Formats: sequence, C-alpha cells, structure tokens
Amino acid sequence: MLTILFDGIAYGMLLFILAVGLAVTMGLMNFINLAHGAFAMVGGYITVLLMQRLNVPFLLCLPVAFVGSALLGAVLERTLYRPMYKRPHLDQVLFSIGLTFMAVAAMDYFMTSSQQIIQLPEWLKGRTEIGDGPWMLGMGHFRLFIIAICAALTVGLQYILAKTRFGSRLRASVDDQRVAAGLGINVNVVFLLTFAVGSGLAGLGGALGAEVLGLDPSFPLKYMIYFLIVVAVGGTSSITGPLLAALLLGIADVAGKYYVPSFGAFIVYGLMIAILIWRPQGLFVRTGGKA
Amino acid sequence: MSQAEIVLSAQGLVKRFGGITATGNVTLNLHKGARHALIGPNGAGKTTLINLLTGVLEPTEGRILLQGEDITSLAPHQRVRRGMVRTFQINQLFDTLTPLETLALTVSQHTGLGARWWQPLGRSTQVVERCEQLLEQFHLAEVMNQKTNVLAYGKRRLLEIAIALACEPRVLLLDEPVAGVPAGEREELLQTVAALPADVSVLLIEHDMDLVFSFANRMTVLVNGTVLTEGDPDTIAKDPQVKAVYLGHGEEMAHG
Amino acid sequence: MNQPQDDERRWQLWGLNSPQQALHNKQRWKLWEPVLWLLALASPWLLASHALIINEIAIVALFAVSLDLILGYTGIVSLGHAAFFGMGAYAAALFAKLVMPDPLVGLLFGMAVATVLGAVCSLTIMRGSDLTRLMVTLGVALILMELANKLDWLTGGADGLQGVVLGPVLGRFEFDLQGQVAAAYSIAVLIVLFVLARRLMHSPFGATLTAIRDNRLRAMAIGIPVTARLAVIYTIAAGVAGAAGALLAQTTGFASVDVFAFDRSADLMLLLVIGGTGWLYGGVAGAIVFKVMQDAISSITPQYWTFWMGLFLVVLVLVGRERLIRPWTWFGGKKK
Repeated sequence: MLTILFDGIAYGMLLFILAVGLAVTMGLMNFINLAHGAFAMVGGYITVLLMQRLNVPFLLCLPVAFVGSALLGAVLERTLYRPMYKRPHLDQVLFSIGLTFMAVAAMDYFMTSSQQIIQLPEWLKGRTEIGDGPWMLGMGHFRLFIIAICAALTVGLQYILAKTRFGSRLRASVDDQRVAAGLGINVNVVFLLTFAVGSGLAGLGGALGAEVLGLDPSFPLKYMIYFLIVVAVGGTSSITGPLLAALLLGIADVAGKYYVPSFGAFIVYGLMIAILIWRPQGLFVRTGGKA
Repeated sequence: MSQAEIVLSAQGLVKRFGGITATGNVTLNLHKGARHALIGPNGAGKTTLINLLTGVLEPTEGRILLQGEDITSLAPHQRVRRGMVRTFQINQLFDTLTPLETLALTVSQHTGLGARWWQPLGRSTQVVERCEQLLEQFHLAEVMNQKTNVLAYGKRRLLEIAIALACEPRVLLLDEPVAGVPAGEREELLQTVAALPADVSVLLIEHDMDLVFSFANRMTVLVNGTVLTEGDPDTIAKDPQVKAVYLGHGEEMAHG
Repeated sequence: MNQPQDDERRWQLWGLNSPQQALHNKQRWKLWEPVLWLLALASPWLLASHALIINEIAIVALFAVSLDLILGYTGIVSLGHAAFFGMGAYAAALFAKLVMPDPLVGLLFGMAVATVLGAVCSLTIMRGSDLTRLMVTLGVALILMELANKLDWLTGGADGLQGVVLGPVLGRFEFDLQGQVAAAYSIAVLIVLFVLARRLMHSPFGATLTAIRDNRLRAMAIGIPVTARLAVIYTIAAGVAGAAGALLAQTTGFASVDVFAFDRSADLMLLLVIGGTGWLYGGVAGAIVFKVMQDAISSITPQYWTFWMGLFLVVLVLVGRERLIRPWTWFGGKKK
C-alpha cells in the first residue's frame, strides 16, 4: 500500500510540473489555454528525437526539452496568444483547441501515431525495496528521480515567487494588472517570461513523463482533462494549491486503478465533479484573492 | 415629522471587507411617499449601502425590513419582486436589445409573464400599452427601435430609470441619476424624476445639490460609512458639521 | 383612451411602427423561412444520391441548435454537450432493441433520458467560474464515455451497440436502403424542434435569457431569477441534444462510444461559431458548411482533417467571424 502511495506521489508531482504553467497562466492572464498539453508533448518528442537520432544522454535531454518548449512558448505568446488575452473565454477555448488539433495532427504526420519508447539510462532503472509484506515500500528509481526533480523545482518556484523581484512583479500582476502596470511593472515582459517558463516546465514534464504516461500524438487531448482538474481544483492564486490538487489527483488515480480497476477512471472524474460542486472556486483558494 | 408608515428600514447595518469597515452601524428609515436624499463625500459608502439594501452584498451585521418583512437573507431578484427597485450609477442596460424590447421584457417579467414561453413577446396588449406609456413618459419613443448600445448617453440614462419604473416599485433607490448627463439632456431627466408618483418612496443618492434640495424633503448625510446626521434639508444645510465635511473636501454646499 | 387608429397615426408621424407592430415584426416568419424548410424536406428526393449526408447534416444541425440555446442565448461555454447527445443515442438504441422498435416513441424516450441528465447537470453548472463549468461539463462527458466502454454487457463496449433495427415511422414509412426516409424523418424532427425553439426564444422567457446574457446584474435587478432560468434552458438544451443523438442511433442503426467524444463537442462549437450564435439558423448554416467542408477535405486528406480544422479554428478566432465571411475586408481597410 505504501508503494501505491509512493507511486501516487510520483504521478502527482509529475502532474504538478506539467500543470503548474497552466495554473499560473490562468491566474495571471485569465486565459484558458487548452493547448498547454501540446507543449508537454513537444518536450517529450524533443527528448525522443535527441535520444534516438543523436544518442544524447537522457539527463542532458531534460534541460533541452525545457528550453525547447520554453522557446516555442515564448514565440507563440508574442505572436499568437497576446492578441487573445482580452477576448472572451469562448474565443480562447476555440483558439487553443485549434492549436491543439494542429499540434496533434502535425506530430501524427511527422512522427507517426505509434507510442514512443524512451530507453532510460541504467542507473534509473531498477528498484529499491524497504520492508516486506503489505507495508513494503517499493520505490522505482525513476519515480524517485521524478519526485526529487519535481520537489526541487517546486522549492525553486516558491523561492522565485516569494523572494525575487520578478516573483513580486508576477504576484502584483496577478493581483491587479492595471495597478501593476501603473506601478511601472512591464506587464508584457512578465507575461512573456511566465508563459515561456510555464511551457518549458510542461516540456520538461513531458520528457519525464514519456516513460510513465506514454507519448503519442494524442497526448495533449488525453491528458488535458488532468491538467485542467489540477488547475480547477487547486485554484490559480497560489502554487501550493495546484501542488496539493495534483498530489490528491495522482494518489486517487493510482489507488483507484489498483484497488478498483474496472472503475478507476471514474474516481478521478467523480471526485473532481464532487469537489467542484462543493467548492466551485477550487479547494485551495485564499480568501480575498482573485479566484 | 409625519407619522407615515416606514416602508424600508435598515437597522444597524454593518459591512466589513477584511479589515475595512465600509458600512458602520447604519440605521435608515424610509417613510411612505418619502423623497429622501442620501448625500456625502465620495467614498462615503453610499453605493455600498444601496448594494446592501438590494442584496447584491451581504451585510456582516444588521437587518433590513421591507414593509415590515425581514428581507435580509433574500436574493436580489426576490427583493425586486417585493417592490424594491434600484437604478445604477453606471448604466446597466441590455446592449443588444432595443428600449422597446427592454421595457417589454421588464414589464412581462413584472406582471408574471416572464416565464411564459409559448407566446411572442409582444402578444399581451397589457404589456404593450404599459410600454407605450413608459416610452412616452421617458421621451424614448423616437428611439424605441434602436439598439441600446447606439443610443446617446442621456437617452441611456432615461432608459436606466424607465426600466426601474417598469417594475412598478414601491421603494425606488436612485443612484446618482443625473451623473454624467450632458447639460442639454438634464432637464428631461430632472422633470421625470420630479414627476415620480407620490406613493412611491424614493431614496436618492446625488452629488448635484440643486437636484437634492429641489427634490428632497429629508436628508441623511453619510461620511466614512457611518451616518453623520439626518434631518430636513434646511437644518442640514445650516449644520456646521456637515459644512465642515463638505468644505473640508473642497466642495461647497450650494444653498440652504 | 385613444382609438387604435389614432395610435397608429401618432407613430406614423414619427415614421415608426407602433410598438405592437415593432415587436410583432421581430418574431414574424420571414418569407424565405418556410421556403427553406420545404426545400429541406424535399431534398432527400431532389438530391437522392446525397440522402445519407443530408441525414447527417440534419442531425448535426439539430445538435448545433441545442448548443446555441445555451451558448448563444446565455453565454455558457459547455465542452461536454456531447454527453447529452450520446445519452440520447444510447437510450434510443437500447429502447429499440429491448422495448419496442417504434422510432417516434424511441425518440421521445431518448429525449427524456437526456433531459433528466440535463436537469441533474444543471445543478452543477450554475456555480463557479467559466473554468469550473468547462471542467464539470467535460468531466460528465468523459464519465459517460467510460461508462459506455465499461458496461459492455449493456452497451457493447468499445465495439458499440449494433443491429438497431427500427420499425416504420408512424407505422407507415419504412426506412429504405437509400436512406431517403431516414433523412426525411430527421429533417421533420429538426423542423418541429426548431419551430418550438424559435417560439421559445421569441417569448418573454427567451427575452429574459437574452437579458441575462447581456447583463446578468441588471437581469437580477429587475426580478429575473437568473439561476433558475439558466437551469431550465440548460435542461431543455440537453433534451434537444438528446433528440439529435437518438436520431443518429435510429437512422444509422448503430451507437458507438465516440458519440461522447471530445471531438464532437469541439466540432460542434466550431460550426456553431461559423454559422453564428444567437439566431438559431446559425446552427443550421454552420452544420451545412461544416459537413460539406468535412466531406470535401476528408476525400483529399483523410487523416489530416484535424489539422485543417485546427488551422481554420485558429484563423477564425484571430480574424473574427465577421471579417472572415467578408473576404473584401481581409486586406487593408480598418476594422470598425
């Protein structure tokens, strides 16, 4: 059972890294970006290509995936996304769905629709087991690696938000854009950087997740709902909210699929609907802030 | 002071937002047929009070009684059904509808036809006649078929008030009716306000002291969310405290 | 009291219709409308070789009209509208297989089931932000899809529900192999529900919905019970979507899990936006354009239909629907 918990935490942390960019973008620009998963997919495919065609070691691929997705995000933000910020949510939804469809079809064309396999380096394969019997904790090394990286990133993000000038500019812009601009904060730059970093993190998550979640052209559509759940339940006004939501989601999903395999998926969707009915603004919203 | 019945009573209303007290222990009684003005410097909490009375905001403490009934926990639309209607300081209109359609739907809603789905909007002659009345009363007849978002500001303001009247209010809360209206269109508006039926009880928020003094027979002065004083216009105009509040803010009390 | 003639003359002096006339004009049937519908009804015979696609167009048009009732008239963005469509499809298919093969009764049953689901869902979508609503509607569609997959003893699972055979419509019109009766049946249902929806939208009830869409705050301030109204129209829209789904199952003899697919909800929003929201005919126009385009493009590049549609969506949103349908504004000229 502890193993289930462990796997759930790993899954949850991965989801968090994948979804945190979306949460911040929604909170900052009030933009519903359903194409977020496409950036994750790009990161995954970059990793696959580098490893398969150029024999680049796995560890090195991770930062490249991050940078690649971040650059793509920056370019798209500046050209396509920026005019969309003021548009009604319906337009944003249609727009991002359109982008997603294009990305999915493009990947299908260039990379075929088959699952991509990533060969993990030897030191990441393998498993450590502590204790035995029903309370045994079996920790896959790769999952341990994921948890470590994601935890480090989370701490880093919190630090940036709380302690750096960029972080305070970001928080000010989230609270009230007009006031922030009036204070001399270059809101455009804040948006660009935030969007880029968020997309980069998604790309990193895609690279890490290719082994755990699978990678094929339909990735953005398959996992979109999970990212959205993390954001809707976790709220967009903090980082800890989506973190807790992602962990909850990860554990619920893994536990559900293990204990009740025929209805595993329902647990997640049903839980989400129940939570959103009970607390429509999300579980972890600070009062007085923008939901 | 007349012994007319009290139609609207706010008792000990308090509204706190986090650490800020927007409304502090306000008690206000509106008599039947009143022409009661609520004045005070900017930021005194006048619109907040209206929002509390109409149910847009929930009070932290206090009660609101409408014709003796405790409406503190009622939703806004339920208060409207009981006869309390307001206008907005910033026009809140239905931009894609024409004045005729707007009034037709308001009258239909008020007369209980709002849920009717099988008849066209203009079928009921009762509704149409009432719309004609209102359109003429508010000088909107010439523009009745134009979409609201192309109307001149003065006409929009007239429509704003016409909508409220279409609900046949017993208590009418007017939030700065002449705000922003160009000089040429003010007269129409002022006439209409002056011609409101005598049995409608009106609470008027205004900065325009001419209008206030020509209209009101009772005034409440609100400062920083609390009631400074209340009384008839002459007394208020001569009150040194009130003068200080206004002169302190660089405004002048027009005349007494 | 003025005589009616005096009233008319008074308004004429101002060059206006009387209020009664003006309101009447707004909801009056324009000349082209009955012509359009008569042609539509005759089309399965006029264009006999296209009966199948005519049937599809009619079903999609009905589905789009149901979404317009929500999206166009209340502004709620629903990504899971396929939930009601699929529910209607499976309900009608199962009804035909297990209870009785009469099409009209099966249609009513499908609508009823979808309506009940809509009523339940309407409780959830009233609260929260746009994102919350999006999530809940999407979540419901996904749950239903999973259910359809998992309960394969009932639904046929991933293979779908096959062999749905229907009796003759009204006891007289057998479904023929060329699909003409099926197409006419779908069009007839579309017409009936369209007329009802149209009447609904021009009634005081419909006007209050437009008021809610334009300015929810003011709608509340004139006594409209906003939440209750939204719940009612959502439920009605669910029922109409269920009718479209039922038609699909009945006319194709088949119900599969992809009736719940996200693609369907996304496609639907696209075509409704193309046709224009808020005037009911938008759904019909969009359905025709979309289906014809899909047919044409799929025969050229069958697998990459999603790409072109995605591109079209992006362009549509960036350029704006108004400019898109006016090609002369594409180059130069300032947008008003």
